Amino acid sequence: MLSPPSIALGVFLIAPVVLMATVSFRADLSGDLLAPFSPTLKQYQQAFAGEGYWRLLGISALTAFGVAAIATIAAYPVAYFLAFRAGRRAALYLILLLVPFWTSYLLRVMAWKLMLGSEGVVNSVLIAAGVIQAPLDALLYNRGAVIVTLIYVWIPFAALPILAGLGRIDVRLHEAAADLYAGPYDQFRRVTLPLSLPGVVAAFFMVFIPTVGEYVTPLLVGGTGGTMYGNIIQDFFTRAANWPIGAALSVIMLTATLALVIVGLRLVDPRRLLAR
Amino acid sequence: MATPTARQARRGFPIIRGYYWLMIGLLYLPIAILFVFSVNANTTLTFPLKGFTLGWYARVVSTPALLHAIGNSLIVAVASSLAATILGSMLAVVLSRFEFRGRGALTGLAMLPLIVPYVVLAVALLILFRAAGISLSLMTVSIAHVVVALPYTTLIVLARLIGFDRQLEDASMDLGASYLATIRLVILPIAAPAIVSAWLTAFTVSFDEFALALFLAGRDPTFPVYLYGQLRFAQTLPILIATAVLLMAATLGLLVIAETIRRR
Repeated sequence: MLSPPSIALGVFLIAPVVLMATVSFRADLSGDLLAPFSPTLKQYQQAFAGEGYWRLLGISALTAFGVAAIATIAAYPVAYFLAFRAGRRAALYLILLLVPFWTSYLLRVMAWKLMLGSEGVVNSVLIAAGVIQAPLDALLYNRGAVIVTLIYVWIPFAALPILAGLGRIDVRLHEAAADLYAGPYDQFRRVTLPLSLPGVVAAFFMVFIPTVGEYVTPLLVGGTGGTMYGNIIQDFFTRAANWPIGAALSVIMLTATLALVIVGLRLVDPRRLLAR
Repeated sequence: MATPTARQARRGFPIIRGYYWLMIGLLYLPIAILFVFSVNANTTLTFPLKGFTLGWYARVVSTPALLHAIGNSLIVAVASSLAATILGSMLAVVLSRFEFRGRGALTGLAMLPLIVPYVVLAVALLILFRAAGISLSLMTVSIAHVVVALPYTTLIVLARLIGFDRQLEDASMDLGASYLATIRLVILPIAAPAIVSAWLTAFTVSFDEFALALFLAGRDPTFPVYLYGQLRFAQTLPILIATAVLLMAATLGLLVIAETIRRR
């Protein structure tokens, strides 16, 4: 029972990543992929020298940071409501929150195109209200549109680990705090918030990690100004057809992501969230 | 008593309920707009609205390429979710019931797809398939979906198995059952609700997946890839939105079933 999953993971996860790393040391893609070649650091030199790549990796990390931070903060009160205020209907309210997350990702992103487009909802409302005369073109196809759309997509997801963290707090601690004359604000700041931090950190990373590697949302609503690191990788494997440099950029991205995850795991032990 | 009870204290921040409903409103607004355009008579997705129609829904059925793409997505989702569920259940049994060297490493490896950026996994698999001389097809998409669904199926089944008493298996073996019989007669029935829920989760993960499929689908598109290809043709958009609304309802139905089974 051990071997089928191990073989599957070895062949379809480890082998492709190793092969990708190998390709990143090729000078070009001439000849067979498995044929011997003289390894070169050319692609990495190019990737490290190109200021644009670093800038884009930085921008992608910053975008992911901003999206994860805002989505986590926006989701916190929702999770708080579900954990402590929703009462008997909590399960129903949770499902209500998750329905948008279960609807087609592509369509949810496209819905934002309808919201922000030049003849979209925001512009139509603003024109009808007489705030503006001509539609604002600046709403769509830029980094702002990417960020708004991603935050929207992730809020329900970010609420889940926070809810798990809040659910583990012993309600008697609130009573104890109240008995010790802590007002609602002090109770929250000195009891609830510190105890819920592991869930908050988990939520942040669960949004941050997939967002760094995002390329679909920028493709749909980002235009040329909203490009992310994932988009140049995609470009090198499709239109530009330069696999070795694309592979090198992928290796850099994978390494950066893994490093961030290791830092994240140091901050919060995921097993503490899963345990009851 | 002068001290506020916890109950009274908890009644503070009435704003929080309002915040929840505001968020729900914001989250549903774009989806509601999609729905509105799926029953709007205008061909372009712009305001003002032109009038009510169910024509787009009717045209879903009369667009063969669309139905073909949905069929492809169903094939990929069924195949990949079955494989991911079987492999994930095996992993869950092994991880929950045995101590062995490399157990931690295997757990980490099985969870790795949660961390690897999809674009990286996609190009890595693309290179593998090219190197192995395998041409892109629904098969290659399915393989990618098995990899990304595996952490979910493993975790769901694992959570169920960890919650159960190992002595049930010891008892079964003491009563003379072989280990395979114990798996069939004890472990599988215990894990059954989790296995069904894992399968449904893997199915929905695959059915909606686009980032991997775009790289690996080749010429025969799955529904999200087809949808993406059609986005630039304004006149077909309302039909696609109508399709998406139908699929949304179907997905929801599936997930509600999954949730109901899991909570048993």
